[in-house]
Amino acid sequence: MNATWSRFNMTSIVLGFAFLYLPIMLLIVFSFNESKLVTVWGGFSTKWYVSLFHNQGLMDATWVTARVGVISATAATVLGTLAAITLTRYTRFRGRVLFSGMVFAPLVMPEVITGLSLLLLFVAVGLDRGFFTVTLAHTTFTMCFVAVVVQSRLVTFDRSLEEAAMDLGAPPVKTFFQITLPVILPAIISGWMLAFTLSLDDLVIASFTSGPGATTLPMKIYSQVRLGVTPEINAACTILIAVVAIGVIIASIANKRREVQRQRDEQAAQRG
Amino acid sequence: MKSLGSIRRDFAPWNDPNAKPYIQFDKVIKKFGDFTAVNNLSLTIFEREFFALLGASGCGKSTLLRMLAGFEEPTAGRILLDGQDLRGIPPYKRPVNMMFQSYALFPHMTVEKNIAFGLKQEGMPAPDIEKRVAEMLRLVKLEQFAKRKPHQLSGGQRQRVALARSVAKRPKVLLLDEPLGALDKKLREETQFELMDLQQELGLTFVVVTHDQEEAMTMADRIAIMDKGEVMQVATPAEIYEAPTSRFVAHFVGNVNMFEGKVAERAANTTRITGATGAQIVVENAAETANGADIVFAIRPEKIKVSSKKPADAVNALEGEVYDVAYLGDMTVYHIKLDDGQMVRASALNASRVTEDPLTWNDRAWVSFRPDAGVVLTR
Repeated sequence: MNATWSRFNMTSIVLGFAFLYLPIMLLIVFSFNESKLVTVWGGFSTKWYVSLFHNQGLMDATWVTARVGVISATAATVLGTLAAITLTRYTRFRGRVLFSGMVFAPLVMPEVITGLSLLLLFVAVGLDRGFFTVTLAHTTFTMCFVAVVVQSRLVTFDRSLEEAAMDLGAPPVKTFFQITLPVILPAIISGWMLAFTLSLDDLVIASFTSGPGATTLPMKIYSQVRLGVTPEINAACTILIAVVAIGVIIASIANKRREVQRQRDEQAAQRG
Repeated sequence: MKSLGSIRRDFAPWNDPNAKPYIQFDKVIKKFGDFTAVNNLSLTIFEREFFALLGASGCGKSTLLRMLAGFEEPTAGRILLDGQDLRGIPPYKRPVNMMFQSYALFPHMTVEKNIAFGLKQEGMPAPDIEKRVAEMLRLVKLEQFAKRKPHQLSGGQRQRVALARSVAKRPKVLLLDEPLGALDKKLREETQFELMDLQQELGLTFVVVTHDQEEAMTMADRIAIMDKGEVMQVATPAEIYEAPTSRFVAHFVGNVNMFEGKVAERAANTTRITGATGAQIVVENAAETANGADIVFAIRPEKIKVSSKKPADAVNALEGEVYDVAYLGDMTVYHIKLDDGQMVRASALNASRVTEDPLTWNDRAWVSFRPDAGVVLTR
């Protein structure tokens, strides 16, 4: 045991975690700061949380972000799933390689380029920038992430399940909705969550494609920080962190439960 | 009475010229790109028959089954079921059901829902579905597992669910793709007999694809031996084993000794063969050969007798030396190297606990067999 808890190990763990989490801890601590100065501790207070909820600008931005996130994630999930199905199932159509490359290119495309090119497109076709364009932009860039997640599930999908359904009398469309979709649903849900998260914290593409009246939360925070960091922003960020953390914790607990249940089932099955 | 018939004595529609074929493959060709999976194959299967397609992997047997199910369309030729041409009929409209090698149970549905799936697609009323599902569960002895999901079942139980699901709709034909492939040996043997009982009970036509010859021999009324997309022989298990019509079939099923040779002299009932190494053999069952023709004489190891002295009454007796002996409990296998260099495998059933004529390595030995013990093959 001495070897595992040597001084060197301890130091590297502490330093490693400090490097990862100290900034976030600081942010959370200072969101409860009484003082208006961000770097000077003036006692404990929750007043910034109260004032946050009275800050109409921030609240509007949150609402915009939530709507953009839900709509774009949903649209991206539908499109991404369709793309994934096409890419895994129809392996022999002309231009498949080109198509799959084009679906996955945005994954590695610098956001600035994606944002700029979308902006140019919107200007060229005469779309007024605002809620619609930012949603459209988010759908475009999150779609390929959904496609990747769903495709990796479809690759391991046992096609004989679909054949069995058809063999038992279910036409293709019914087979898709009754067999394929329920089986790959967990992957589709993770794809949606990923798309929603990406949309939630995107700043660059939103800055290019958004317009008046459609300021997202990251844009709002960024613009406020440029005028000087207020503890209010710290509070807003703390809430965001809490929301994300709770989501992650719930997901991992559910996962763990499923795993335990599965093991128990398998043992029960082996006993007969 | 001498016979090479079927095990079910009163069931042999293939010998009846008036019997109506149930499934007919008529000059079927299936190509995948440049690869020919099924090559100009014709085959007839009768109603209520337990038919096995036996062959190594890649011989086209699964493709044949998938064409019957409707997952593949033949490149050329016709497939008829009960007189109806199946071309263009999608899988979900065919009166056949398939049991998949992977079982393909729907993981998000309980055992009950899996079995009911096909019945629901048919639009069967709910009370009838419930009754049929209960009946199926009873049939495969899984009543207490109705509410379980597939991953909560053992391999053998899953196999039963797959079986129940595929027979629930009472299909005209049940297709089974390596139905016992995923089970361990003991369970497989039990399940073979259960499948045969089930087929009798339901009176269905079964077409099973397998690479396991023992499985095919045990269960099937007739077996089609396939190689490279072609049928090599269709016959009852006994005929396949005792009267193979080609070297491939003789080799593929069981163990066999092959003697290369020429027809030396033909008499009324018997034919004398000169082996490539000079040995003289007299055989029956060589009616269709001509003098001087190149042939192969094939004989199963258990038809060869091994002894230390030349049997006095033997028509065919060849001398050699014991090269290897393997004692397997129920029988003993000898490898005898004949004086002309030919290696012969012979097996003797250990019918009594002590042997009167023990043979061991390097002993001189005689192998002998009756004139009707083997077959003469020309291809």
